[in-house]
Amino acid sequence: MEIAVFAVVVIAVIGLILGLVIGFVAKLFAVETDPRIESVEELLPGANCGGCGFAGCSDFAKAVVAGDSEPSCCPVNSSENSAKIAELLGKSAGGENRKVAVILCGGDDNAAKRAAKYNGVKDCKSAAAVAGGDKGCAYGCLGFATCARACPFDAIEMRDGLAIVHPELCVGCGKCVEACPRNLIKLVPADAEVHIFCSSPEKGPVKKKVCSVPCIGCRKCVKAADEGQMTVNGFLVDVNYDNPPSKDVIETAKCPTGCLRTTA
Amino acid sequence: MSHGKFDHIMFKGGVHPPEGKELSNKCEIKEAPLLDKYTVILQQHIGAPPKPIVVKGDEVKKGQLLAESGGFVSAPIHSPTSGTVSAMTEIPGPMGAKMAAIEITADGKDDFESPFPPIEDWKAIDPDELKKRVAEAGIVGMGGAAFPTAVKLSPPADKKIDCLIINAAECEPFLTADHRTMLERTDAVLEGTAILAKILGVDKIVVGVEGNKPDAIETMSAKAGQYDIKVLEMRVRYPQGAEKQLIYAVSGRKVPTGGLPMDVGCVVQNVGTAVAVQEAVVEGKPLFERVTTVTGEPVVNPGNWKFRIGTPLSKVLELAGGIKHQPGKVILGGPMMGFAQKNLDVTIMKNASGVLLLSKEEITQFESDPCIRCGKCVDACPMNLLPGTLSAAAENERFDIAEDYRVMDCIECGSCSYVCPAHRPLVQHFKRSKAEITAKRRKQ
Repeated sequence: MEIAVFAVVVIAVIGLILGLVIGFVAKLFAVETDPRIESVEELLPGANCGGCGFAGCSDFAKAVVAGDSEPSCCPVNSSENSAKIAELLGKSAGGENRKVAVILCGGDDNAAKRAAKYNGVKDCKSAAAVAGGDKGCAYGCLGFATCARACPFDAIEMRDGLAIVHPELCVGCGKCVEACPRNLIKLVPADAEVHIFCSSPEKGPVKKKVCSVPCIGCRKCVKAADEGQMTVNGFLVDVNYDNPPSKDVIETAKCPTGCLRTTA
Repeated sequence: MSHGKFDHIMFKGGVHPPEGKELSNKCEIKEAPLLDKYTVILQQHIGAPPKPIVVKGDEVKKGQLLAESGGFVSAPIHSPTSGTVSAMTEIPGPMGAKMAAIEITADGKDDFESPFPPIEDWKAIDPDELKKRVAEAGIVGMGGAAFPTAVKLSPPADKKIDCLIINAAECEPFLTADHRTMLERTDAVLEGTAILAKILGVDKIVVGVEGNKPDAIETMSAKAGQYDIKVLEMRVRYPQGAEKQLIYAVSGRKVPTGGLPMDVGCVVQNVGTAVAVQEAVVEGKPLFERVTTVTGEPVVNPGNWKFRIGTPLSKVLELAGGIKHQPGKVILGGPMMGFAQKNLDVTIMKNASGVLLLSKEEITQFESDPCIRCGKCVDACPMNLLPGTLSAAAENERFDIAEDYRVMDCIECGSCSYVCPAHRPLVQHFKRSKAEITAKRRKQ
């Protein structure tokens, strides 16, 4: 019995001493952390997918609290949770600045001619190096899905030999922009409703020969939109993404080729 | 002394495709008639683009300078005929991209005005003066690479050059331009070679010819002695005319990985280049025309023509009597290393050794299959690479692995693709890899 009591007392004393040491050291070497980081991290999915461009959720949480990123930059998180994070930090979720990729070519296999037969490597960069690619239009989408393979979020679909971005899946990481040898992909504000789906600077008749949906530079849309909403660049009209027109312009402009349209 | 047979040193690998040379190797070089219009692309060489010195509306003479050299590694461009500069335009180049060009509308007089005087007695002239002439005449490697010749003739001081090799292998199937040039312009080839040797200050001069051109070997050997030039018969195996393989066959020296011929004391020049040098020095004529083979089964009259630069392929085919039937492929260059074209507005440039048409049967379109690891490509590769491994790396965009496995040593000869039973587009993978690696290195 005595031995048992002695053992309990010894253990208790050792425990007490170690507890004090730990408590003291914890005070001495305490790391200052922002309690908000932990709260933000709790609202994140915790999958550590890296989709935001940071090394996991914890790193992203730090960046959000520090103001280097915005709550909406997590592509996986639900919009409610993003809003909660924003509320917690007393700022906006950043949704209004969200950017998405858009592929500015509408020439799928039904609309654009292929000028040659190509059976080499099924990759746009490789195809572009053989006589400039098989497409009749030297500026159009080659359709070998190099951008779709580069997309970490499966946001790019290949439809009839044309790459199409699904804006709801796109997080605007920009990987596809680098992948395209034709420089067709632009990061634009997610709230821009209409785009000109053509990137060829050629003259209208030249474009018409190889494609049925080019921008022929007729400027109907320029007249239909408000001043400064569209910019003219030689034979090609561009949407001014700093001040984009609403989709009503499609009705009023009556684009003769249909290259002025929404992403859908 | 002037003719040697040399077949005990031979590169490893290679292939021997059907030659197809019988279509045009008996056809004498014909002068192409004057056209109404030439569109001369500015960038006809590797290096900096030349700067145009004429504007729209200018009257020009044949041989007049149109654009001056744009840097050390660059070459000037001269007018192919007399007439008017009718436009500064853009036309598709052989790689598909649009390239800046000068359009000359001919006045029909074809007045030649030499931009520099002929040098009759070149033996008495300072080598640097001759080298300057080669640069001024806009001469570039006419075998295909189009590297400015004057730069090749200016090795850094620490590289001692002791051997000049004239590349007359013409190992590409179908092409016969160099073969005909050797037969018909023997003296010009040999004199041009002697001029090149004088510029380099070398006395070991070898012309390497593949054994499938016995008449050229005979004709050249008969006169080569006068110039102290040795004509060497080489074994018929593609790619015998690749620079590194040729150097090995002629001198037994191996160019180190990543190195240049000058690292082993050699300079290699093409037969056409030698003729251009002779014409520039002795006749005072800049480079604005070249001999090109137009051949292939679909061509009505295959043959060898002297075309001026800026002649569109559509006119080239017209001169060759047109086509018998719709070809399957139009290639600028030879079938192994040439570039497929999709547009007949592409023009003859300084490096256009051939225009080849292949019939639809000849180019049966294969679907490529996965690698079956048979190793045939490894046996065929003359650079001792592992094409199968390299292509797998490229396919998965692991260009770092391709770099480790020395894809940069690939000479793009196409021997591996030729033998691959799975019809894999191997060389295309390597070209992509090389471009990606070069881009990455440039960024660093």
